[in-house]
Amino acid sequence: MAEVFLWGALRPSAGGAASVTIEAKSIRELFRKLEEQFPRMQPFIDEGISVSIDGVIYQDDWSQTLPEGSEIYLLPRIAGG
Amino acid sequence: MGKETPFTKREFKSVGTRPVRPDGIDKVTGRARYGADFDMPGQLVGLILRSPHAHASIKSIDTSKAEALPGVKSVITSKDFKDISKTDTELAEILENCMARKKVYYDGHAVAAVAAVDAKTARAALKLINVEYKLLKHVTDVDLAVANKAPVINRNCKTAGVDPAPTKASNISRRSEFGHGDVDKGFKKADVIIERNFRTEQSHQGYIEPHACVASVSPDGNGELWVCTQGHFVFRQQCAQMLGMDVAKLRVTSSEIGGGFGGKTHIWLEPVALALSRKANRPVKLVMTREEVFRASGPTSATSIDIKIGVTNDGIITAGEAELRYTSGPWGGSWAMLGAMTAFACYELENVKTVGLEVLVNRPKTTAYRAPSAPMAAFAVESMIDELAKKIGMDAVEMRIKNAAKEGTQSSYGPVYGPIGIGPTLEAAKNHPHMKAPLGENQGRGMACGFWFNFGGQSCTNLNIGIDGTATLTVGTIDVGGARASLSLVVAEELGIPYDKVKAVIGDTGSLGYNEMTDGSRGTFASSMSAIKSCRIAIEDMCARAAQIWDIPVDKVIWQDGHAHATGKNNNAPLSIAEIAATAEKTGGPIAGHAQIVADGAGVSFATHICDVEVDPETGSTRVVRYTVIQDAGKAVHPTYVEGQFQGGAAQGIGWALNEEYIYGEDGRLQNPGFLDYRIPVCSDLPMIDTQILEIPNPNHPYGIRGVGETSIVPPLAAIGNAVSNATGVRMTHVPMSPPRILDALEKHSEASDEEPAL
Repeated sequence: MAEVFLWGALRPSAGGAASVTIEAKSIRELFRKLEEQFPRMQPFIDEGISVSIDGVIYQDDWSQTLPEGSEIYLLPRIAGG
Repeated sequence: MGKETPFTKREFKSVGTRPVRPDGIDKVTGRARYGADFDMPGQLVGLILRSPHAHASIKSIDTSKAEALPGVKSVITSKDFKDISKTDTELAEILENCMARKKVYYDGHAVAAVAAVDAKTARAALKLINVEYKLLKHVTDVDLAVANKAPVINRNCKTAGVDPAPTKASNISRRSEFGHGDVDKGFKKADVIIERNFRTEQSHQGYIEPHACVASVSPDGNGELWVCTQGHFVFRQQCAQMLGMDVAKLRVTSSEIGGGFGGKTHIWLEPVALALSRKANRPVKLVMTREEVFRASGPTSATSIDIKIGVTNDGIITAGEAELRYTSGPWGGSWAMLGAMTAFACYELENVKTVGLEVLVNRPKTTAYRAPSAPMAAFAVESMIDELAKKIGMDAVEMRIKNAAKEGTQSSYGPVYGPIGIGPTLEAAKNHPHMKAPLGENQGRGMACGFWFNFGGQSCTNLNIGIDGTATLTVGTIDVGGARASLSLVVAEELGIPYDKVKAVIGDTGSLGYNEMTDGSRGTFASSMSAIKSCRIAIEDMCARAAQIWDIPVDKVIWQDGHAHATGKNNNAPLSIAEIAATAEKTGGPIAGHAQIVADGAGVSFATHICDVEVDPETGSTRVVRYTVIQDAGKAVHPTYVEGQFQGGAAQGIGWALNEEYIYGEDGRLQNPGFLDYRIPVCSDLPMIDTQILEIPNPNHPYGIRGVGETSIVPPLAAIGNAVSNATGVRMTHVPMSPPRILDALEKHSEASDEEPAL
């Protein structure tokens, strides 16, 4: 089980919670279960969500594993110049 | 990729040296080809008709007279593009920005375009197009746009990120919130609290080369686009979708680029050129004038930021809170969100809350500009930190050091930091001779910190070994700030050959897999990861070739210093790349390494800047007399280019801080669309900008590389604001701090305090 922290805009999709607990081993599985449990998150996932695992931000890699006890933070995708 | 090739703290031979740039001679002799330097046989001249109104409905467009003019080969309007608003809202907005459909949303919005045999005919044709408008109320100011009686720019705009979702349309497209802790509790613990509003005006990236492209579309559905861009793969994808073309049939070649800074990550005129060409069945060249660049390509946001920070008397920040309102042009964006994420990122805060509001206005679509949105947020936060330090009688550097984020700190935008460089840049600033240098009359010193994320993403590279042992690296990321030099150094390092035996080229969209743009300080970070992988694939192959040549098992071959070595009891002399390549046709054919990766794990970046200014009390004119940039670069691959990035960002920030702003009239029209009235700093305006590179390796890159291109534009607004405030005794809260604004602030201060200001 991993505690997944949500940025402000995602919280209404999870009933206002700042974090949710999800059983997932990879980013792909995390997104799939978030969609199942919190359908209102789907537009955000479709638009693109970055996943920070222990402070390292992954923008595109579904295969990344979520190590037991790691800090997982969902973030909006960012643009640069 | 980081897992495949982990960081190893290796000793470098090529990386970290300062060889001559590979594109230098072409650029100083005029051989280099930029966007407008390309021509095709039978090419037409394209021109765009633009709205003179800030906000209006398009009642009708009559192009018949223009079409009838001899020499005109095609005329297009939005009707020449399929309406994709039902299938892809985001792309439809980009297209609507390139060519207005039902309404014009800003002065300069494109409404029609022509292609003719020469410029004179094209200009005459534009005058023959009759557009009937119904004028609508407009709003260009960020705070007026969110006021009660503001005209609503887009009736479909309902604020996202609010629960319950609003039912009424407004000019706020999205609300984003970040933070942790309890700011109310935090403020109760504070001994001193300051609350202020800061404003920054809209500025343009000010790249010297205007947008330019040549498009050619054949009746068989194939097309070519030669274009000045920061991302030709992205341009291909978007243009093909807009034109209904197969992605594979549109080949996009990038030109050299005379500056982009984020402004060339978006398409503006390319689909128009393609549509004109398709209709005319001739190639079409479109080049923006400088006026068009200002009126109709992407500036950064204008902002208004309400901020509140509390500290204890011993300098600990107990809470920080900000509402950041950023203009995004007529369509939604994520610019305020980035401001809200970056605002307090330099500090370790127990209680922090930021809210970003994306505000629609009748100005051109906001575009990324070097560390987009971070400089304005830093202006507010870093100005307040200085003011609070002064209020509690603490040195501003010491207060920043006391509160600086470090490894293990929960960032204000969420995740916990790994190894980061804010503390070391502050310590370096504290000990820098600049900090102790004496100041002259009317002079003040300021400093400020800045943060930027950096990111990675998709990259794809090819490495080909020539028969003489030289190496060609083909990359798909545009060389904006020296990538060809730094990637050549990486290949030289990896293969163990001299830098001048490597040639890095930018491939067209037909030669490589998809590459993301050169943005987010990702070019060298991401493409070097892919290049390293390409090299290692080629090395593995060359070891196998050597094993064949020596007739020994491949596991008896190792690679060292650019040579294959036989291990064990073999008595074979090492084979160089050239020797292995010379027999390639007999050992398996061409030697190459192809790699495609998603480069995640870009390390965040921090900088601290120090600046001295001199303010003329008679005119309000401010001159920067000394400037120092200290930044964490991870491993600096080519230190001269890294220093150039530091200096370039600082120079742009100085211009933004002191002079640059979009000025709109009451009629909503841009008043200063040219470099005469929109003044960017030139060499004579600036001192030599000193730099200090700190190398705190990024553990997620095999060489420890971080992006370096953007962070240096984040601190200057605040560093100069603090310097001006220290010189004059008046807190500056509005950027640019132009002479009239400084004089006005001095006068107001004088009236309020009934005494002369500090100068």
